[in-house]
Amino acid sequence: MATVAIHNGYRLEEGGDTLRFKPFGSWIIRNLTEVEKTLSGFTMPKSSAPVVIDLSDLEKIDVAGAWLIHRSAKKFAAANHPISFESVGRAARILLQEVAESDRPSIPPEPAPSKAFTLVEDAGKSVISSVGDVRRLTELIGSMAAIGASMVRRPAMLRFTPILYHLEQTGVRAIPIVALITFVIGAIVSQQAIYQLRDFGAEQLAVNFVGIVILRELGVLLTAIMVAGRSGSAFTAEVGAMKMREEIDAVRTLALDPIEVIIVPRLTALVIAVPLLTFIGNLSALTAAAMVSFFYGGVPIDLFIEQLRDQVDMINFTRGILKAPFMAIVIGLVAVLEGLQVEGSTDSLGKRTTASVVKSIFLVIVIDGIFVLYYAMVDG
Amino acid sequence: MAINPRAIKTTGYLLEAQGLTVGFGPVNIIENLDIQLKRSEILGVVGPSGTGKSVMMRALIGLLPRRGGRIRYFGRDIDKLSLSARRKVERRWGVLFQHGALFSSLTVKENVQVPMREHMDISQELMDELAELTLSMVGLAPNAGAKLPSELSGGMIKRAALARALALNPDILFLDEPTSGLDPVGAAEFDELITSLKETLGLSVFMVTHDLGSLYRACTRIAVLGGKKVMVEGDLDTILAYDDPWVQSYFHGNRAQTVQVQMAEEDKALV
Ligand SMILES: Nc1ncnc2c1ncn2[C@@H]1O[C@H](COP(=O)(O)OP(=O)(O)O)[C@@H](O)[C@H]1O
Ligand SMILES: [Mg+2]
Repeated sequence: MATVAIHNGYRLEEGGDTLRFKPFGSWIIRNLTEVEKTLSGFTMPKSSAPVVIDLSDLEKIDVAGAWLIHRSAKKFAAANHPISFESVGRAARILLQEVAESDRPSIPPEPAPSKAFTLVEDAGKSVISSVGDVRRLTELIGSMAAIGASMVRRPAMLRFTPILYHLEQTGVRAIPIVALITFVIGAIVSQQAIYQLRDFGAEQLAVNFVGIVILRELGVLLTAIMVAGRSGSAFTAEVGAMKMREEIDAVRTLALDPIEVIIVPRLTALVIAVPLLTFIGNLSALTAAAMVSFFYGGVPIDLFIEQLRDQVDMINFTRGILKAPFMAIVIGLVAVLEGLQVEGSTDSLGKRTTASVVKSIFLVIVIDGIFVLYYAMVDG
Repeated sequence: MAINPRAIKTTGYLLEAQGLTVGFGPVNIIENLDIQLKRSEILGVVGPSGTGKSVMMRALIGLLPRRGGRIRYFGRDIDKLSLSARRKVERRWGVLFQHGALFSSLTVKENVQVPMREHMDISQELMDELAELTLSMVGLAPNAGAKLPSELSGGMIKRAALARALALNPDILFLDEPTSGLDPVGAAEFDELITSLKETLGLSVFMVTHDLGSLYRACTRIAVLGGKKVMVEGDLDTILAYDDPWVQSYFHGNRAQTVQVQMAEEDKALV
């Protein structure tokens, strides 16, 4: 007598000297979760009895179902069972045929290298990539210099309309946020200065301290960091997207120079915008300082202004704002450089944009440090 | 007793749109348009550039809002379905976008597995096997699965995107200009692929196209869009006989004759 084992989606009948594999119900991808689980736990019978794959109870089948039947048949065959099919409907026959034709050995994935090896490899890669960064930066600065030189000879190369456009985007539209941030920080620094100096009865010195710190350091640093976050990321994303859609190649094939068309306008706009934004940031921070002095320190506004004029030298302002164009160039160069390295995937666009912002903020701070050292040396 | 025709549910169409109106701003791109898709047919939608073929297709699959009209899939009005029932219906169609729309940060194989991973609960092993199988069915080489979309040619992108559209074994396949950007040989191969997949998988295909070759080779019914509506629909002969300047120049111009000669040659080659 036949013994019957019922599993999810199929029956296994052992009777006489044949084995019957009878799928039933719907073998379509939506229903296959359970079937697949029991099939993968299936142990081959020891014998080499012929196997009949009987599809008479099968109601529905699709590619995934046909694949599972095909795979089961392959397993039986591999275990030396002669295979035959029974009651195969039209749809099932076409699908089984298609699946058998499309079955091919897959290429095994490359084995993952060991952890230690990847660590060394990653370290090596990052060294190579920073060397590459330096090389690309030199290249870019070189071509910028060449372009700058020819611009002096041929000022028509400066494209007026794009520069104005980018001035609006990176300059005018950044005014509110730069003003707000510098205002808040100016107020905080000034409050702290007054509070700390009050114990020594030296509250009036707060004006000197706050004025110098804002004009020399805070105004320009905060502005540059805001611009790096706003415009640096935007430039990288724009240039990266252009790279992805082959627009940069298109520019080249139209006999135009991408540096002239894409980079110069953005950089020019930044070099103009960052000093102006710094100036606005300075004003905003000083306004905050004056207001805090008045409300918190009790210093009348006109006294604050008078003291600022007497005690804080103009040179503090010049030394601060002098850093702005350098920071602008670095932000612009890093942004464009990262953008040009975007590859085909949206992934790399995101990574490059992040890298652009992180690198340019880091470099802005480094530049600030270099200026501090330089001024310290000059002043002896 | 009068029967309200709209109350009849089982019309036998897989997809049926009535009075479809879609527009942007002040203008309607298509207005009061009726279109149907029957089981196991390849419907070709043609029409001059900018008549709203893509707009209509996007409205049918719910990517664009409608200003009017009702759409039934498998006899059920999609406006009346609950969200989960709607999702179930959506899983029964596959869409091939004009530019492929593969996810650029995933490999081809991972792209094909996205719908399986999201909607099915099957083992990684089976997903790998099914992805490999589907890629083989659409005619991609075994090494294509590990590639990123940016490393593929135009024809390979179309095939990979088709494999992704087929991943959940859909009943309806929507194609927007599947052969645009392919060379004539590649386009003919793609048409054959669609026809044979239709036969083996029992698909019904809704194909927006510009390609006369596809209309001759693959489509079993043709709808011509014009004047915000379906101007004429039917088999090739009906369309060829239709008296409209655009239809006449499209189907009887120089280009059309070249295609007809090509078809004749292909037929001879087959014999
Ligand atoms: N998102 C959109 N906003 C405004 N107008 C659109 C939009 N998409 C398409 N259109 C307009 O709809 C019309 C039909 O476009 P489309 O369906 O793409 O044409 P085609 O038949 O060539 O596929 C065109 O005039 C196009 O300008
Ligand atoms: Mg279109």
